[in-house]
Amino acid sequence: MTPFSQAIAQTAANPYLIQPATIVEKIREAEDIDTYRLRFVDEQVRRSYRFAAGQLNMVYLFGVGEVAISIVSDPDEPESLDHTVRAVGRVTKAIAQLQPGDELGIRGPFGQGWPLDEARGKEVVIVTGGLGCAPVVGAIEYIFRRRNQYGAVKILHGVKTPHDLLYRERFDAWRRQPDTEVLLTSDQPDKTWHYHVGVVTELFEQVSMDPAKSIVLMCGPEIMMRLGVPILMRRGMSATAIYVSLERHMECGIGLCGHCQMGPYFLCKDGPVMRYDRVAPWLGKVGV
Amino acid sequence: MKSGSEQAPTLLPKSSLQRLIDLLQARGHRVVAPTLRDGAVMWDTIRQVSDLPIGWRDEQEPGRYRLENTGSARIFGIVHGPQSLKPLTFASREPLLQIERTKKGFVAHPTLPSQEKVAVLGARACDLAGLAVQDHIFLKDAYRDPYYEVRRAGLFVIAVNCTRALATCFCASMDTGPRASAAFDLALTELDEVFLVEAGSAVGQEIVSELSLAPASTTQEREADQQIEACAGSQVRRLDRSHLPQALYDAHEHPRWDDVAARCLACGNCTMVCPTCFCHAVEETPDLTHQRAEHTRLWDSCFTQDHGYIHGKNIRPTIKDRYRMWLTHKLASWIDQFGSSGCVGCGRCITWCPVGIDLTEELPALLKPLTQAKGKPGQA
Repeated sequence: MTPFSQAIAQTAANPYLIQPATIVEKIREAEDIDTYRLRFVDEQVRRSYRFAAGQLNMVYLFGVGEVAISIVSDPDEPESLDHTVRAVGRVTKAIAQLQPGDELGIRGPFGQGWPLDEARGKEVVIVTGGLGCAPVVGAIEYIFRRRNQYGAVKILHGVKTPHDLLYRERFDAWRRQPDTEVLLTSDQPDKTWHYHVGVVTELFEQVSMDPAKSIVLMCGPEIMMRLGVPILMRRGMSATAIYVSLERHMECGIGLCGHCQMGPYFLCKDGPVMRYDRVAPWLGKVGV
Repeated sequence: MKSGSEQAPTLLPKSSLQRLIDLLQARGHRVVAPTLRDGAVMWDTIRQVSDLPIGWRDEQEPGRYRLENTGSARIFGIVHGPQSLKPLTFASREPLLQIERTKKGFVAHPTLPSQEKVAVLGARACDLAGLAVQDHIFLKDAYRDPYYEVRRAGLFVIAVNCTRALATCFCASMDTGPRASAAFDLALTELDEVFLVEAGSAVGQEIVSELSLAPASTTQEREADQQIEACAGSQVRRLDRSHLPQALYDAHEHPRWDDVAARCLACGNCTMVCPTCFCHAVEETPDLTHQRAEHTRLWDSCFTQDHGYIHGKNIRPTIKDRYRMWLTHKLASWIDQFGSSGCVGCGRCITWCPVGIDLTEELPALLKPLTQAKGKPGQA
């Protein structure tokens, strides 16, 4: 027997194994967007499962397949797992048919989350667009549980229309936190909208920022990052203090299927959260 | 397994090759070797020497593969068929899970392949290099792939050093051949009457002992070395890696990509025959009753429409995007990802490309300074 076969006997972990999880609650967020609150069926899995804010899971539906979705919930409460899903593809449209009591499958968590240790003691500027607000929710909850360990928190969020604004209650709750600013904008507002009108990068002008003491967490369309980062850098932010969460097609979550490559990175494994200076050469390059 | 061996090579008379096959079978191995099937070379189970394509040789050129029977007594006259060792360890179709539906949900059962001892006879140096690259990806990276691991654990590798190069070979410039240097159990060099045998692992050494082979003479050793060196020297293609990966990253906007994209059919053949390409898709296939589903991994190719697709958007919609992705990954980003080139110099992508696109021609063209290239569109 070769050393490899001995290793197999010891390797109980199979990164492809899917764990069933029950939908405890389905929360309607917008017309085609729901948050699924999940609970692992297996008690041991439920108790041992841990994740970091910004990581992702492969979410599975029997007979349909898997899709990579970021974890929205609070990492301090890992037994309750939230995923906000927009019904846009084959798998997510099938998931949208499910109701509480139904089961999904989970593999994960995968990837690198937000740099919350590095952010300690700093002002945290969070810039998101559209559904990009989902992957940062866990980071925001994490910070507010440890409010005195972090400096001022500035949450800047942009949506296309007011209907696209998810988590209204959360934004309101965050606004009430000490030393916290929440700024919202819509570029196609209606009469109900009483926040800023325009794109999210315009909100930069409305907040004070001490570049030396700040860290920026960004998530949203890549165009937002490509246009937003240069503005932040002109204001003195260093590329090494800006983190972006990126998205590519993923089939495995473990850096093997090859689909999520961006230049030399596998976003499922090296990302989805990447320090900006590392991805800057690739972001916006055609075909990367 | 370790690479190379300090042990002096031994001699296996050609007439005794059957003894090696018998011994491997007696030790429980299924012996797999290059065989001829429907006019093509395939890895298949063999029982006797006569199952091997004795006297046949392959000629390979860009977009061209021909087999001919020379009538010689050469046993390993064929350098290689379309497939490297890859399908033996990274199966083209690997069932990952069998999933059963229950009242409210499902139960997933892993479907690991059965442990089988496979002795592969006739692996080339480039194939071993490809295997080493895949070992790194599937076993030594962030996650261990248990399916690959089972198949790999059962593999016993008998390499055959190359003494003839194809027109498409460039292993010498990739430092991967023609002498087997990556891990093997046994390595043979075929001379006119005998094989020189080197053991590369403890099990390989055991087999040499069990066959009680006589040591090779220094003359025979020298003859083998000379033939391997001559094979390296006869290679007409080469790939200069000295400026990689950065030079290829910098060539992202080079007009040569348009030129090659105009020729590329995006058929994906190059990725299917590549010893190192590892992209795969995961497919969920329910049965007709919708009570059971098979969760299966299938080889995928970065040349397909789907590869770069994400909710309503294709990151790589054009053939230019996809060829650039493939070549940049193979020759540049692979180095950053895994510390080695994704190319082992086997030349299969050149041979099996229906239009004969040759990466050893494309790379230098892509690295030519832009100003020069712009002046001569199409022939940069």
